[in-house]
Amino acid sequence: MSYTDKIKDVIESSDVALFMKGTPSFVMCGNSDRALQALRRAGASVTAVDVLPDPQIRQELSAISGWPTIPQVFVKGELVGGADIVEELEQTGDLAETLRAKLGDDYAAAQDEKTVALA
Amino acid sequence: MSTQPLRDLLERAFPDATELDIVDRTGGGDHFQVVVTAPSLSGLSLVEQHRRVYEALSAPLGDGTIHELRIKTKGAS
Repeated sequence: MSYTDKIKDVIESSDVALFMKGTPSFVMCGNSDRALQALRRAGASVTAVDVLPDPQIRQELSAISGWPTIPQVFVKGELVGGADIVEELEQTGDLAETLRAKLGDDYAAAQDEKTVALA
Repeated sequence: MSTQPLRDLLERAFPDATELDIVDRTGGGDHFQVVVTAPSLSGLSLVEQHRRVYEALSAPLGDGTIHELRIKTKGAS
């Protein structure tokens, strides 16, 4: 079976999608954690997807995004980057600015977190 | 792997680089941090800048030689 449609659906329908190793409550990789923490500090409502249950998820995700590594962060369907970029954007203040520009001034008003299982 | 093969790949991909810094973060030869500053990166988004680095290092990334890669890019010299 293919995950491509499900992956695209999460990317398109989520304000902030985070494809990561593990889940927010049980992070399995330091870089996934760096991205998650930066997004939390920025007040983002994160929809998390664990890529570990099936290696095919990661393969199909990278085919869609053209990005070879995990984590991958999307805001309103657009790839923002991996952990390095998200942290760099946080340091320059551009992360909150990007979230505000794409999601509106009150994007952080109701911060929540959810996990979507693809497999 | 040592940092030299990565430096060679990056020098080939960014002949105009004014800064190329490659650090073996753990000493184990598979966790690297690279810093690339090159005028040819100017005007590109961070996503596009990092994509150029991934492309330059696609061979060692693809065969698992690089287990983890941290990237810092700058466009201006």
